Amino acid sequence: MSAQHITLLTFGFFDKNLLKEVAEAVALGFRCEVVCKEARIDLGEYFNAGRRQYNGDRLLSVVGTLHLPDSMKTIGLFSVDLYIPILTYIFGQAHLGGEAGVASMFRLGNELYGLAPELLLQNERFIKEVIHELGHTFGLLHCYDVSCVMRSSAYVEDIDQKEKYFCANCYAALGFIGAVAK
Amino acid sequence: MEKKISILVVDDEESVRDSLNIWFTEDGYRVRCAENATKALSLLESDSFDIILADIKMPGMDGLEMLRRVKSMNKDAIFIVMTAFATVDTAVKALKDGAFDYITKPFDPDDLSHLIRNATKQITLVHENDTLKRRVDSLDNVEDLIGKSESIKKVLREVESVAPTNSSVIITGESGTGKELIARAIHTNSLRKFYPLVSVHCGALTESLLESELFGHEKGAFTGALYNRKGRFEMADSGTIFLDEIATISQKMQIELLRVLETKSFMRVGGNKEITSDFRVICATNKDLKSLVENGTFREDLYYRLNVMNIHVPPLRERLDDIPLLVEYFIKKYCTSMNKPLVTMEAAAMKRLLEYPFPGNIRELENMIERAIVVGNGKKIKVSDLPLGKDIIETNLESLDDFERVFILQILNKYSWNISRSASALKVDRVTLYNKIKKYGLKPVK
Ligand SMILES: [Zn+2]
Ligand SMILES: [Zn+2]
Repeated sequence: MSAQHITLLTFGFFDKNLLKEVAEAVALGFRCEVVCKEARIDLGEYFNAGRRQYNGDRLLSVVGTLHLPDSMKTIGLFSVDLYIPILTYIFGQAHLGGEAGVASMFRLGNELYGLAPELLLQNERFIKEVIHELGHTFGLLHCYDVSCVMRSSAYVEDIDQKEKYFCANCYAALGFIGAVAK
Repeated sequence: MEKKISILVVDDEESVRDSLNIWFTEDGYRVRCAENATKALSLLESDSFDIILADIKMPGMDGLEMLRRVKSMNKDAIFIVMTAFATVDTAVKALKDGAFDYITKPFDPDDLSHLIRNATKQITLVHENDTLKRRVDSLDNVEDLIGKSESIKKVLREVESVAPTNSSVIITGESGTGKELIARAIHTNSLRKFYPLVSVHCGALTESLLESELFGHEKGAFTGALYNRKGRFEMADSGTIFLDEIATISQKMQIELLRVLETKSFMRVGGNKEITSDFRVICATNKDLKSLVENGTFREDLYYRLNVMNIHVPPLRERLDDIPLLVEYFIKKYCTSMNKPLVTMEAAAMKRLLEYPFPGNIRELENMIERAIVVGNGKKIKVSDLPLGKDIIETNLESLDDFERVFILQILNKYSWNISRSASALKVDRVTLYNKIKKYGLKPVK
């Protein structure tokens, strides 16, 4: 039997309702079951004191090692600021066509940019980023469709321009069409 | 098929090579990596690359020497140097030696994509004429523009002719006719399609919010501004900016907008640096701008600058032929997204639709079909499944608050809880909407 579900692996506290929303959106997006789990590891080890951020490359490997074969994909959910050595920050990243991905809430809130916080907007952005990174684990590249979730977003308001859904091409590339009732 | 743009990354650090390899691959580029200049040069003997991205400081031959050698083989090569903060001076020297640009490590993700876009722009300029010729006879990505009526075909022909130009376009038409889809079609069929299409719903924002939204602000511009924020004009660099409900902007913003359109440059709020941006502007309105010009509420000079081309989207009642196709399209869309088997529509129900005037146009039809799929029996859409304009009135509402709550919820559901879009549809700002959601304890329901 091949694995049929996607695992959301939280690192640190996540609001239950948010998690439920993410799980539902992922389930709908990929037409599969979603399982939520908590990772109980000390993030201190991945903290870079000079940059005051957490190493996204190493955390991606951690998620890879925590991925279990009963799951199709595992995505680590973070609320800390992630970086990789060559970039000042990342919203998330994933092994292209692999099993693991990471996504962080940290830079998705308006308050970081001097605007009034909008929790719902922040959650919406997070859902899009989670689906986006999972899309990469299914081998999807960036898409030029303006509303497709696989469109790349280099800064936060770019995320608002896209939807949390795949465009027809990306959807077809996922090969899930068969899963939809005829 | 368009040829993939190729990038060669040269860096002695493995993590840098790996990260950039992933980054560019995900963006659809063809990527090769080399750990030193010698290996890179030997790769260049057998393979050609559109862009070379090389670290300045590498053991053995350094990036500057490599640049000189590459340039002596091909003076048009696009060579970008990567540098650590400490070696910016050297980077400046590289520019003098013909480097396209330099970027300081670690990169801001946005700077990186910007830089690569600029480089690809340079490359695509060369192929521009070719591409133009190929594009004109077929429109891409217009699946959402459904219809076979003469009036929609006329719109598509207009889209086809304006898309490849750089002209400003005003899209007019009643609410719900799909003006944003037309803007999208123009963008995706223009040479700017690989760059952002940035939408601003002008009607949803107050004057000061609109200013910060359009022009951005600098870190520290006001309390709480911890990070710089880009404005929409800056985001739209090399792409298209879509200004919806253009007739709603204040006189002051009209003046500012005119200035930006004339100079293609502006300053962020709280900033003192002139920022330039190469954008195309598309506007939409459901008002008669010409008469607003005549009564003095809309500036004439701005009107002429924006109205180089005009595309008028007909209301749904003038394209009845398209209703069956649209119905089929929305049934497919919503059954698929709700994971339900496809339903059909009873002939009697279709007949009723064809007689209905659709004051809310396609948007109203879409909502109707979505609702019918939710409430229907899962096989056939019947007349009784169609609200035909009575949606809110028929439900049991006792107070104005009730009415507001139901209405806001409908709009939120319609836009899948996309706050910006819902706010814009409700003609309130996002903060107001957020407060209403809190006030009524609204939650997305499945
Ligand atoms: Zn991506
Ligand atoms: Zn796509």
